[in-house]
Amino acid sequence: MGTFAQFGNDLYTGKRSYNIVGKRKLWYIIAAVMIAISVIGPFARGGFTFGIEFSGGSQFQIIVGDGRDQAPAVDAVTSVVPNTVPRVMLVGNDSIRVQTEQLTDQQTGDVRAALAKAYDVKESSITSSFIGASWGQDITRQAIIALIVFILFATVVMALYFRTWKMSLAAIIALLHDLVITAGVYGITGFEITPAAMIGFLTILGYSLYDTVVVFDKIRENTGRGELNEARTFSSSVNLAVNQTLVRSINTSVVALLPVASILFIGAFVLGAGTLRDIALALFIGILVGTYSTIFIAAPTYAHLREVEPLVKKHDAKVRARMSASREQGPESRRTEPQPS
Amino acid sequence: MAKPAPVKKAWRSLVWLLVIIVALVGMNAFGVFTNKGSWTPQLALDLEGGTQILLAPQLESGQTVSGEQLQQAVAIIRQRVNASGVSEAEITTQGNQNIVVSIPGEPDQATLDRIQASSQLQFRPVLSASSATTQSATDGTGEDSTTPTPTSEAAAPTATPTAPGDPAWVTEELTNKFNSFDCSSKEALESGAAASKEPLITCDPYGMEKYILGPVEINGGVITDATAQPEVSSSGVSTGGWAVQIVMNGEGAKQFAEVSKRLYGAQEPLNRFAFVLDGKVISAPTMQGQITDGRPSITGGFTQEGAKSLADQLKFGALPIGFEVQSQDNVSATLGSNQLQSGLLAGLIGLILVVLYSLLQYRLLGLVTVASLSIAAVITYLLITLMSWQEGYRLSLAGVAGLIVAIGITADSFIVYFERIRDELRDGRGIESAVSSGWKRALRTILASDGVNFLAAAVLFILAVGNVRGFAFTLGLTTIVDVVVVALFTHPVLVLLSRTKFYSEGHRFSGLDPRQLGAVYRGRAQFKAPVSTDGKVNRSSREAAKRQTIAERKAADLAASGDSSASASSDSRKES
Repeated sequence: MGTFAQFGNDLYTGKRSYNIVGKRKLWYIIAAVMIAISVIGPFARGGFTFGIEFSGGSQFQIIVGDGRDQAPAVDAVTSVVPNTVPRVMLVGNDSIRVQTEQLTDQQTGDVRAALAKAYDVKESSITSSFIGASWGQDITRQAIIALIVFILFATVVMALYFRTWKMSLAAIIALLHDLVITAGVYGITGFEITPAAMIGFLTILGYSLYDTVVVFDKIRENTGRGELNEARTFSSSVNLAVNQTLVRSINTSVVALLPVASILFIGAFVLGAGTLRDIALALFIGILVGTYSTIFIAAPTYAHLREVEPLVKKHDAKVRARMSASREQGPESRRTEPQPS
Repeated sequence: MAKPAPVKKAWRSLVWLLVIIVALVGMNAFGVFTNKGSWTPQLALDLEGGTQILLAPQLESGQTVSGEQLQQAVAIIRQRVNASGVSEAEITTQGNQNIVVSIPGEPDQATLDRIQASSQLQFRPVLSASSATTQSATDGTGEDSTTPTPTSEAAAPTATPTAPGDPAWVTEELTNKFNSFDCSSKEALESGAAASKEPLITCDPYGMEKYILGPVEINGGVITDATAQPEVSSSGVSTGGWAVQIVMNGEGAKQFAEVSKRLYGAQEPLNRFAFVLDGKVISAPTMQGQITDGRPSITGGFTQEGAKSLADQLKFGALPIGFEVQSQDNVSATLGSNQLQSGLLAGLIGLILVVLYSLLQYRLLGLVTVASLSIAAVITYLLITLMSWQEGYRLSLAGVAGLIVAIGITADSFIVYFERIRDELRDGRGIESAVSSGWKRALRTILASDGVNFLAAAVLFILAVGNVRGFAFTLGLTTIVDVVVVALFTHPVLVLLSRTKFYSEGHRFSGLDPRQLGAVYRGRAQFKAPVSTDGKVNRSSREAAKRQTIAERKAADLAASGDSSASASSDSRKES
């Protein structure tokens, strides 16, 4: 990996530099388009697909083994509750899941017995659950409260830590971007939204900000009071920080994605739909988007917010003046930073 | 030769870490030794199999319950479940409004019905009382003003009873039933569901005394308040005991006045009335006066806690609470163990991938990552096992997912740290000082980012419901463990390693080779960062910045004088 380390070196010294902050208009446009798609897309598709936890109903899961056939399950359910249409799915590589409308306790028992007979398994090996219609709403309400409280807290904590509310604001903007896009992916692809997906969704909160804090810490270092470089505009200082932490960002997201990907893989292919897959899926999307947004949304937004400050403006003007002066003297006489275009 | 200070400090940190681990193992061993704990964490139902019922207590008026009412409701449910003889049932609250009942295996329908029945405080007249024969009659509570004594029933009349307090309720059949009534029998369990217009045979919650009670005379809803107060005698002198002061609304006062008129001076046990909560007599005092103002007080050998607990029961049990089943999950044991195995498998794969990646990225430094992750895993495992013994924490599938996700976040602290050290090396520091100054900067970042992560976990844990909590718990726990491991293991180990020949010479496979990191070797173990010509500014500590300025200037001079070793001087414009 000598080349990758070399890549890190070049980014650190500024030998190689991606002008991320300077091209912020491009990122803003991309973000706006992505958000628009994430908002409109789900509606165009006909809204989000909610799991049984939100609509209420009864659910059975049977471990059948090989030779899974869905027909006996339908017959078993209709033999107990004649006018219902059960949803029968194959789950993982050995199970069948049956979802019905809300059944009474009596019906639940009967359906279990019927299913056990139909698939010739023990009744005790059938998993059943009953979910009241308000359960999902309860979870959602609590999740939304948690979301709001967390954002408020995190804003204050970050503002105190970084000593500037502008970093807070930029980080939160990036966070909202992540949430909207992750939700959009769910809406557009039609993945079922379950309480477990909600967990993953809420975890993105923590992860997205976690990632942003690391990069912002470097930005803070590069642009701290009295440390604004004479040779760099504010934006290029921010840009340098982003570049210097780029290797870390890549390493971190890879390391964070590996376990999540393994949960996703196991969850989706071995267990089938369920807690693990739903958590991992939301996280997988969230980590990707979160890493992206730290670099391409949070940092440019912060630079943007700060650039309008009189002090920073004055500094940038001075840097530009000096640079154009040195350019007239001769391009090789002084090393200059790439300018935001 | 005396060891240098950082080395001493490093060893001290490692010793601390060892102390922590040994303490955790010791506590766990103590738990196992005393048969309360175990070496493995307890599993939640989705991993173990069993039934989980989520109940939402609701007041009949449609209001949601308050915190105290919820506690009351939990107490009622606990009593019902325990009385059903279900072992290892677990009752917890979730958020501020739900009660989770977890039962291993599959409960029968009767148990389920009993759990879901609604409850309300009722006043019933005592028609007969006797100490429960199946129990030794040691009165541990002393809640009543009369000592429980077996009493002969009033003559068994044949006339139809008219008023609730009419002894005519006590028929011969009822008397026989009463005499053979066992407080721990199955029948006793059903007492919560008794019809309010019928007499009731029941016990106190401890099975000390059994009663025949008349039909409900007053509903608990008339109680507006109940408080524990120091007992005062009629002359206004404090007796040193405690009393429960009840306040009733107007209607209650009127009804109670009538009852007290009838009961006062009546023959034992007809002079007693019972407060019945969920079919159990929580108190059955003797009427010692005519109370017409709706402010009766119960006295009789209360301790402060006893009075407080009765007052709470009266106050929060006053309103009828129904229990709506929000969800009921029955997980078969097969699926449970399936899920556990898959979860562990996913964790193992994730861990291996992370280890491989960090070895690839950080060479032998990756081994430090592996060791740190192992230490973190050991500490986390011990903590979770301890928590499940001490706090009754149960590891759920969502919790396992939280642990797996944490692998990434924990490994990231090491990445942040290693990258910082590399940055310092690129700035031309020697490895020892790179480790120490890299650590200072990295710690700040790690604390800040872990702080945000912990905040997220804490908010989720407090506010969210259901599975989310199990997830938030493990995520928050591992965040703390992460900080501990980075500070007490990763950093000290790096300090020690940086003094080994392998690292101080910057071996190619050490992951910290200055040459590979672009620092320019200038002889005699001094490295000059090529970037310094650029007047680099990212110094976290002012001090370092000041010290560096001279070096920078010198370097800049060198660059200006055409020293070609300052390689960064010419190629900056190529990217723009």
